[in-house]
Amino acid sequence: MPMVVVLLAGLLAGSVLLAIGLGAAAVPPAETLRFLWAAVTGGSLTAEDVTAYQIIWQVRTPRVLLAVLVGAGLSVVGVAIQAMVRNALADPFVLGVSSGASAGAVLVSATGALTALGIYAVSAGAFLGALLVSALVYLASRGSGGLLPLRLVLTGVAMAFGFQALMSLIVYFVPDGESTSTVLFWSMGGFGAATWGALPVVAVVTVVTVVALRRSGRSLDVLALGDETSVSLGVDTVRLRKGLFVLTSLATGAMVAVSGAIGFVGLVMPHLVRLWAGAAHARVLTVAPLAGAIFMVWADLVARTLVAPRELPLGVITALVGVPVFVVLLRRRGYLFGGR
Amino acid sequence: MTRLLLDDLSVSIDGTAVVRDLALAVADGEVVGLVGPNGSGKTTALRCVYRALRPAGGAVWIDGRELSRMPLRDSARVIAALTQEGRADLDLTVEEVVALGRAPHLRGNQALSARERELCRQAMARMEVLHLAGRGVLALSGGERQRVLVARALVQEPRVLVLDEPTNHLDLHHQIRLLSMLRGAGLSVLVTLHDLNLAASACDRLAVLSRGVLVACGPPAEVLTEDLLREAFGVEANVVPHPLTGVPQVLYDLGAATTTTTTTATATATATKGN
Repeated sequence: MPMVVVLLAGLLAGSVLLAIGLGAAAVPPAETLRFLWAAVTGGSLTAEDVTAYQIIWQVRTPRVLLAVLVGAGLSVVGVAIQAMVRNALADPFVLGVSSGASAGAVLVSATGALTALGIYAVSAGAFLGALLVSALVYLASRGSGGLLPLRLVLTGVAMAFGFQALMSLIVYFVPDGESTSTVLFWSMGGFGAATWGALPVVAVVTVVTVVALRRSGRSLDVLALGDETSVSLGVDTVRLRKGLFVLTSLATGAMVAVSGAIGFVGLVMPHLVRLWAGAAHARVLTVAPLAGAIFMVWADLVARTLVAPRELPLGVITALVGVPVFVVLLRRRGYLFGGR
Repeated sequence: MTRLLLDDLSVSIDGTAVVRDLALAVADGEVVGLVGPNGSGKTTALRCVYRALRPAGGAVWIDGRELSRMPLRDSARVIAALTQEGRADLDLTVEEVVALGRAPHLRGNQALSARERELCRQAMARMEVLHLAGRGVLALSGGERQRVLVARALVQEPRVLVLDEPTNHLDLHHQIRLLSMLRGAGLSVLVTLHDLNLAASACDRLAVLSRGVLVACGPPAEVLTEDLLREAFGVEANVVPHPLTGVPQVLYDLGAATTTTTTTATATATATKGN
């Protein structure tokens, strides 16, 4: 296991370096390293280097780092949500968070609300929309035995439709070009808006999520044996589910607010990692963030270089690459999740 | 010494009383079988013991402590359960599932000690699933899975073992092995069984539930009578002593089921009730 982690970490570091260098204006890895070194240590650069340096440090580095964080975050949140609702089809957006975020973002951009927050206004709207949906799903899914897994999924799906309709309504009544592009961005996702300013928040959220989930690895394994068995093994399923719900909602909300709803990663990465590393959560939650981060860095690189200087929506790439890989892997190995 | 005490337990689900004033004690090392027709409240009573359900009235006591006042982890170190829950969600290996029996004894992701790993190995050997250790649990047959889950319960090192229909899916060999293992384990065991002959052989005492009420309780030879079978189960059967062990055995043919099973509630009131 430690070998695998070292290998994946090395792969991730290499991918990050390459991805920062590559783009419309390609910079060789050695140069990239020199610029990064200069930025971190405050070294001096020649005048002709300034443009390349600006691209590397101000544009690509925060973008690639955001891809790392969101890729890792969506992967572990996907693992946690599949365990929480006991459903193989669940992903970070199954509880309607992405629709809430889109609706919130569109509402803010259409009405010009939250102007006090400047460039973060739309992100804040998306985050608030995500939290609103989560709160509604939470209240609607509560039963006498805590959050009921199936009711969570059904309520989430219903909320997703509801907020999608709400978003369409806003776009319909405020038909400016801005709203339409906002909708596209939030439903397909992308890292085009990455800035250094948003990174610390996402970094904290992702690290806290990964660490907290890893620490409950054994409890998540127990949860997979069923709720009654879990209680007999001393795991308070009501409290565990509540904790998972709050953690995954906040994490997903924060990620959607900065990068939109990047589909597929949070659904597929958990399954791919389980295929490869087995189902035990301690292992899955160690490998998934690294694998998810690597995948996301490369998906973003493809999205911004394939038809450069134009940029493809990230969700298109994650789906186009991920779907065939996933289907082939599922067919090749005897992969089981709660059934055949 | 009383280890487990069900103290006038009452449970209502959606306004219907499912278990009414159930009083039952399980002594140290005693095997008590809970029998009764479908829907008589057996599983409901067990669920209160492994804490999936909170009784509306009465209480469960374990070694003189009231269960509902104990943290879940503490009670899980004393009481292990085999529930009727079906397959797991994830394709964990047999070894991993058995090791989860140590969950109430470990903090967070703390690794198993050498002693605990040996404990798991022994439990798997005892349930004859050691050869499946590396296999995924979702690919197992029902009987194999059942044995894995019993091994997991043993690894919990409980003082009380609660088993809901443990012989489900098991072939005859493994039914007999499981029940003789339960007898020899030295644990207090509360078990629901449908096979009355097996129950009579395996249990020190039988408790008969009918419509949520305890209608008979005592050694199999006293409880398992032709009258009780008629009144609680709606079956006209012969009870004969086992030629070798003397334990009562139920014999019946396909004409044995009476058509008056719905009137058992009043009839059972006359059945023996003792402790």
